[in-house]
Amino acid sequence: MSIIIDRRLNAKKKSTVNRQRFLRRYKGLVKEAVQDAVDQRSITDVDSGSDISIPKKDLSEPVFHHGQGGRVEQVHPGNKEFTTGDRFQRPEGGGGQGSGEGEASNSGSGEDDFIFSINREEFLEYLFEDLELPNLLRKELKDSTDFKLKRAGYTSAGAPDRLNVVRSLKAAHARRIALSGKDRKEIRALKRQLREMEVSPETNDEALKKEIQDQISTLNKKLKRLPFIDDFDLKFNNLVKVPQPSSKAVMFCVMDVSGSMTREIKDIAKRFFLLLYLFLERNYEKIEVVFIRHHSEARECNEHDFFYARETGGTVVSSALTLTDDIITERYSPNEWNIYVAQASDGDNWEADSAKCRNIIVDKLLPLTQYYSYVEITDRHHQNLWHEYKMIEKAHAGHFAMQQIRNAGEIYPVFRKLFEKKEGQNA
Amino acid sequence: MPDMERHEQESMPSPESQFKPAADAEKPARRAEPISKGSEWTFELLEEYDRELAKLAERFKLDTYPNQIEVISSEQMLDAYASVGMPLMYNHWSFGKQFLSNQQSYQRGQMGLAYEIVINSNPCIAYLMEENTMPMQALVIAHACYGHNSFFKGNYLFQQWTDADSIIDYLLFAKNYIAQCEEKYGVDAVEELLDACHALMNQGVNRYERPRPISAEEEKARAKEREEYIQRNLNDLWRTIPLREENEVQQAERYPRDPEENVLYFIEKNAPLLDTWQRELIRIVRKIAQYFYPQRQTQVMNEGWATFWHYHLMQEMYNEGHITEGFIMEFLHSHSNVVFQPDFDDPRYSGINPYALGFAMFQDIRRICENPTEEDRRWFPDLAGSDWLEAVHFAMKNFKDESFIMQYLSPKVMRDLKLFCIDDDEGNPFLEVSAIHDDSGYRKVRESLSAQYNLGNREPNIQVYSVNTRGDRSLTLRHFMHQGRPMESESTREIIKHIHRLWGFDVHMESVDEWGGVKTIYGLPKQEVEDTEAA
Repeated sequence: MSIIIDRRLNAKKKSTVNRQRFLRRYKGLVKEAVQDAVDQRSITDVDSGSDISIPKKDLSEPVFHHGQGGRVEQVHPGNKEFTTGDRFQRPEGGGGQGSGEGEASNSGSGEDDFIFSINREEFLEYLFEDLELPNLLRKELKDSTDFKLKRAGYTSAGAPDRLNVVRSLKAAHARRIALSGKDRKEIRALKRQLREMEVSPETNDEALKKEIQDQISTLNKKLKRLPFIDDFDLKFNNLVKVPQPSSKAVMFCVMDVSGSMTREIKDIAKRFFLLLYLFLERNYEKIEVVFIRHHSEARECNEHDFFYARETGGTVVSSALTLTDDIITERYSPNEWNIYVAQASDGDNWEADSAKCRNIIVDKLLPLTQYYSYVEITDRHHQNLWHEYKMIEKAHAGHFAMQQIRNAGEIYPVFRKLFEKKEGQNA
Repeated sequence: MPDMERHEQESMPSPESQFKPAADAEKPARRAEPISKGSEWTFELLEEYDRELAKLAERFKLDTYPNQIEVISSEQMLDAYASVGMPLMYNHWSFGKQFLSNQQSYQRGQMGLAYEIVINSNPCIAYLMEENTMPMQALVIAHACYGHNSFFKGNYLFQQWTDADSIIDYLLFAKNYIAQCEEKYGVDAVEELLDACHALMNQGVNRYERPRPISAEEEKARAKEREEYIQRNLNDLWRTIPLREENEVQQAERYPRDPEENVLYFIEKNAPLLDTWQRELIRIVRKIAQYFYPQRQTQVMNEGWATFWHYHLMQEMYNEGHITEGFIMEFLHSHSNVVFQPDFDDPRYSGINPYALGFAMFQDIRRICENPTEEDRRWFPDLAGSDWLEAVHFAMKNFKDESFIMQYLSPKVMRDLKLFCIDDDEGNPFLEVSAIHDDSGYRKVRESLSAQYNLGNREPNIQVYSVNTRGDRSLTLRHFMHQGRPMESESTREIIKHIHRLWGFDVHMESVDEWGGVKTIYGLPKQEVEDTEAA
């Protein structure tokens, strides 16, 4: 007789472990593929899962099998016009003819890639592996304005919706036991006396017996009067306010849009900003982005204008920095917000302005922000903005970072360099 | 590998009406009310169909293990795929790779899932997919629970070589043991060893000698392990005490005296540097390979037999009125998908479909028994006119693919499938059609097809030839060439690296032609081996 079992509710995902083993084994290859994906994909969909493709030959599981050559006889179905003795040219690279069908899956020949998908989480995991946000812990709890309610034991007073039934009944039970202890002991003693009187007939005293029984019933009545539950028993869940480090972050994207910034440079900058955005998103619950574009004067704008509108004019970086400072003061109190500034430029600036930039950054912006990163997208010689910034980097290492990007291929490595996990920094 | 049926998805020509509906049947007209009408299945219906099928199976003398039918979801089916169809399996990245590629093609609709998976165990476990319709479930029960199941129980190879009773317990032991090893020695060490063993899996079976039955009881395994440990310490092979002069000559003899076909077994017993747990792991892989070996030798028969019986059982169900017209049409559609054989020049062609060939052959045995032609009487004098049920059972029990085809492939089947034989000789610039389905070619085609299913021809014959016991301890493997076919050199190099990891000393491999001459030597320059080790 057959047994029929419904296994549908049994554990699925039995392969999870094996899948992880696979990813673990080919971590290097997967990482490479992720990097390729970032470099190649259009920017808007970096933020999704990805098809990862790995060359098949890198993950072959070899088994012994025959190669081409020797003599093979093979039977095929569906003869139409052949007769015995027909000859024809050997098909080029006739792999299909060569080996028995049992081997087809093993040989894994051909140039096909092995393709599988990883989800968004895994994708970002690989993308940002070994990276960390600098100064994540710098926000002291004292200046936090966010609170979170946390359970902290029980209290005997509280709102009815926080009543803890189990605790309350437990307390009631305990109270009843405690208050009735003496009486119950008495009842027990009286009952024992009564039983003894029943077994020994010589002390058979009806009056005494009656009196004892009366006593017992009075005591029982008294016990019954004990309330089942009392105000005193009620227990409430206690919640306390715990200060929360702010989970909000704002990211300022500052970019030079003067005539010297070509489309290509902007595109590189965009990718850089996007990576930073994704990275911040992994660390903060809520994130806002402020776009500031500048030539000789700065303006806050939306994303589209930021990347695509073109303007010409001179370049005064300090205008953007001043605007950033204004916006922070106006809208993003450092007590509530984690502030990150990322600046991209081709390095051009009006000669006299660079020193001013340094002053604004050091005096105003750095005290307010978590991290300030600057990327210079150029393959020319550095100009004075770079040198001024270099001085800031020296003085405020770990707080201010700058890197140079020469071409699109360098975005990701540079990004990694900026956010590399530094040993013991946060320990 | 376990039985898995791909769900063919292309649209097929409408099934020929091979069924003789009620009007034509000699049996009393359809009497019973159909068990169900809709396509939804329920557990009650499954039971009812199973009960009817069991009755029919008994009538046709199908002797089976008890059935354990498990209904699973498609996700679970993907999981089962990844672990070679077994309900439990140790963890290894290659199963994860399998899973990912199946998942990918399933989600993109490039691949349908198997309707069922059936496991050669006692009780015989069959998985049904919850997505199947009622007719599909019935088909699958007939196919797996009565077809495959009776094959597992009846065929001589399975009887001799596998232990249906203990396989699940053994797998559980293996899974736990390997998990423990991972904890103790690290995932990487275990993985590396398993990689090497998997590469040699096909060389890890005994082909001629019945292996000792596998036992799941850990106690026993442990006892054995200890025993082996002592054995190994007594092993003469590595004895370092100087031998007396007169023994010198004897020692010069080759070790092993006869070439050993089970490479994994040889390594497990003789590799000088392996730890006890490593030997146990090799043993596990070896045992599992051995368990699957009969399945690899009986693909055509196994599938043919199961298909033959689902066809006949469903036909009986229909004749007895248990199933409706719509039901039988859906069944026939799936059935004809399963036995569809594309021609050699069809883009869908990927070799001979074992379902098609096996089904055609079993059908043909029945035909020869019931309605023999003049030709059949000449070719199969014993079979013509005999009891068909006896005949198919005899064929199922006593053959494997190779001998089954040699014995039973009839001219009619060859004509129906239009089989022809291509001779591809390296020395000849042309391919030659060496035989077709005509009077002069029948025997040749049959021989050639039979040889095609001989695992001994299909897979390279590799044996442990010698160990240099007195010198560098190097291991020499020999590939005994068949019809001058060489090894594929790239994967061979990879495997030699794997063997090197197991053996711990140099490994050589040579291809030897039919006349004993060494043709090719595969191996790695020492430097490269060291590089791989370092990497």
